[in-house]
Amino acid sequence: MPISFTVNGEERSVDVNPGTPLLWVLRDELRLTGTKFGCGIAQCGACTIHLDGMTRRSCVTPISMAEGSDITTIEGLEGPEADAVQAAWRAIDVPQCGYCQSGQIMTATSLLQQIASPSDEDIDNAMAGNICRCATYVRIRQAIHDAAKTLEG
Amino acid sequence: MNIQTSRRRFLTGLIIAVALPGLARAQQKSGAAAFFNELPGGSDEMSANAFIRVAPDNTVTVLIKHIEFGQGPYTGLTTLVAEEMDADWSQMRAAAAPADVELYANLAMGMQGTGGSTAMANSFMQMRKAGAGARAMLVAAAAERFGVPVDQITVEKGIVKAGDQSASFGELAEAAARQTAPEDPPVKDPGDFTLIGTDLPKVDSSAKTDGSALFTLDVYRDGMLTVVVAHPPKFGARVASYDDSAAMQVQGVRKVAQIPSGVAVYADNTFAALKGRDALTVEWDESEAETRSTETMIAEWTSAAKAGGEWEVEKSGDVDAALTGAEIVESTYVFPYLAHGPMEPLDAVVELRDDEAEIWMGSQMQTGDQAIFAKILGVDKVDLHTMLAGGSFGRRATPDCHLAAEAAEIAKTNGKGAIKLMWTREDDMQGGYYRPLTVHHIRAALNEQGGIEAWDHGIAAQSVVIGTPFEQMLQGGPDFTAFEGANELRYKTANHRLRWAKMDSPVPTLWWRSVGHTHTGFAVECFIDELLEKSGKDPVEGRLALLGEEQAREKAVLTRVAEMADQSGDFGYGVAVVKSFGTYVAQIAEIEDRGGVPHARRVWCAVDCGTAVNPNVIRAQMEGGIGYGISAALHSEVTFDEGGLIRQRNWDSYRILRISEMPSIEVAILPSTAEPTGVGEPGTPPIAPAIANGWRRMTGTALRRLPIIPVA
Repeated sequence: MPISFTVNGEERSVDVNPGTPLLWVLRDELRLTGTKFGCGIAQCGACTIHLDGMTRRSCVTPISMAEGSDITTIEGLEGPEADAVQAAWRAIDVPQCGYCQSGQIMTATSLLQQIASPSDEDIDNAMAGNICRCATYVRIRQAIHDAAKTLEG
Repeated sequence: MNIQTSRRRFLTGLIIAVALPGLARAQQKSGAAAFFNELPGGSDEMSANAFIRVAPDNTVTVLIKHIEFGQGPYTGLTTLVAEEMDADWSQMRAAAAPADVELYANLAMGMQGTGGSTAMANSFMQMRKAGAGARAMLVAAAAERFGVPVDQITVEKGIVKAGDQSASFGELAEAAARQTAPEDPPVKDPGDFTLIGTDLPKVDSSAKTDGSALFTLDVYRDGMLTVVVAHPPKFGARVASYDDSAAMQVQGVRKVAQIPSGVAVYADNTFAALKGRDALTVEWDESEAETRSTETMIAEWTSAAKAGGEWEVEKSGDVDAALTGAEIVESTYVFPYLAHGPMEPLDAVVELRDDEAEIWMGSQMQTGDQAIFAKILGVDKVDLHTMLAGGSFGRRATPDCHLAAEAAEIAKTNGKGAIKLMWTREDDMQGGYYRPLTVHHIRAALNEQGGIEAWDHGIAAQSVVIGTPFEQMLQGGPDFTAFEGANELRYKTANHRLRWAKMDSPVPTLWWRSVGHTHTGFAVECFIDELLEKSGKDPVEGRLALLGEEQAREKAVLTRVAEMADQSGDFGYGVAVVKSFGTYVAQIAEIEDRGGVPHARRVWCAVDCGTAVNPNVIRAQMEGGIGYGISAALHSEVTFDEGGLIRQRNWDSYRILRISEMPSIEVAILPSTAEPTGVGEPGTPPIAPAIANGWRRMTGTALRRLPIIPVA
């Protein structure tokens, strides 16, 4: 039975084992490779996407749960918060290896959508589920503050 | 480090790409320096030449012989070329060089590979010469075109000028390609640098911000099968038998096959491969397996460290005599096995054709991996694409090339076609190649002035090198990676001895970001701090007094960090200084008690890495190195149950640093005109001892076993 949903504004339909994690549908079936595999058990956040506007770990989200939902991946991320976050990320060269950064950016964008001017504590709480093994955390924190300032205008 | 250079290595010819084929996707926002996910153009053409391509579209592509996994060689090496060419930064592109030992060897290693924080150090003159040669060819072409002598030509920001005539690099590219490459072109005087020493934006930040940067896991080939391998649950175990009947029932599983490293499951997609592996039943032969528990091993290692060990690495004076009858201070330090845990678990894509193979892999030792593929697959031609890798920290630099071997065995068993080998996080955590379990034992005696009369140091650890293809580099000597940083002791001691006890286990071990310094830095810096405290000395002044003339650079970073640090708070402050890979780093950590364990609030860091090519990248590496070190100090260890089963499986049980535990960090780079040294590793060693020293000075409790917060 095909499962239908929207990804980055496009209607998509896949016919796969309904237990398949959304992560592997995005990557293996739809070739949206910006969303990464890091742990498979929702511990690292590398696979973070937006599902109906909320962050979600695609590695533990069976595709059956995505029926009818609206999914955004790093490839389709847009809007003022996203633009501000990505610009801030580039401006201070946040990424090192870069592998976790799609997930970091998805979570950071969601944070700014909910809290316009997050404190350090807000940032720590929101970003706690996103591991960066290169430990770019100092710059992640800085870039989120910078993006918030940009959005304030 | 002695870097051998020859004219051959300074090949400076230009390849002029007349058109960039469609497969080359420059990862850039318009008008910014960038990199290519795949090298543009045909590989035959490239293998004839070296480092620089100038295209008619006015882009300059630098072929980078080192893998990029976060430490910045794509940006740094491109900077060296741009500097000598007088190019504009926005026209620069980086791309991974193909695997080719003749053209792209690491001059510090003699093979193509990255490690020991050598990427910048070994490339500094080579890439500058390449850039200078390219510039000379463009200038010669312009001289012909403008009808003026070369000495009337100037180059600035990618524009070649004489009087009112001018041309871009792109316009001159075809004519420049016909010029003779100078054999040994002069390079700039450092005083004339305009790009080196500035915070140029990194070439890879943009693509790593919008999801377009491609890693090995992102490579998909037509008809490709995804493969996961059931590996032994204990080190040294082997497959005895297996039953694949349930696995073969999983929809999408195509094949199950035994390979030397385990049982491989081939499937149409990742989920099917994982389900298939879950459904496998494997009986393991554990007759050769490591079955000791971690506690048993630590007890054995500790006895060996105390006994001293069979390798007397260094000896000056008479330690035994000096210790006899003296009041002895002694400490034992215990360091666990550590997984590197790169965010992208190991992976490789192999496409096997009739008589050749094409590989996509985050290869850290390209020509070693290439040779393994050729041998196992039985093909002469192996094109290896070095992909961006999601971290490594040493993990991808395995002397035995085990990942390449596993991928090759999988591809060989499959026959023609493409396979992707994927390790899961569990494969990574339980897959070995750990930082060795290490125990230090130090005994010392002080004289009445607080000077060190004797320092007797024993280290027990497995060798990372002995028993591997790299063993020959030791020339029969001890494995320096087990004790580097404890030898050539920087503090003045009247009598000194260093011994290494080589321990044995089937657990495979490997260099882990900063290698021996991960533990020697801790043992030496914690022990000296205790000695200083005992004799009532200030941690900075006391260290300075024990450092000699030849430690001028250690003294300078220590002095600088002490100036930077605001130690006025009601917190603990800890100091450490470590030289590793030719780079000097001193750190002071501000420590608070967070629920009975130390939390670093702020860290000050002073670094001397010679010429600072890109200060922003250096600061980033210090920040990241500190975070990596705190992970290990606080949380990380791999442990075995009695019987040898590995306790850790994933990030839930092998804990690493999260953002809430990250200190704020201030970095100062000491001005220097010395040749650049590496920064990928040297930020890591000082932080754990700085934290431990701050904690001990605050609470009176010495921390002598890592991690500080053991696994529950």
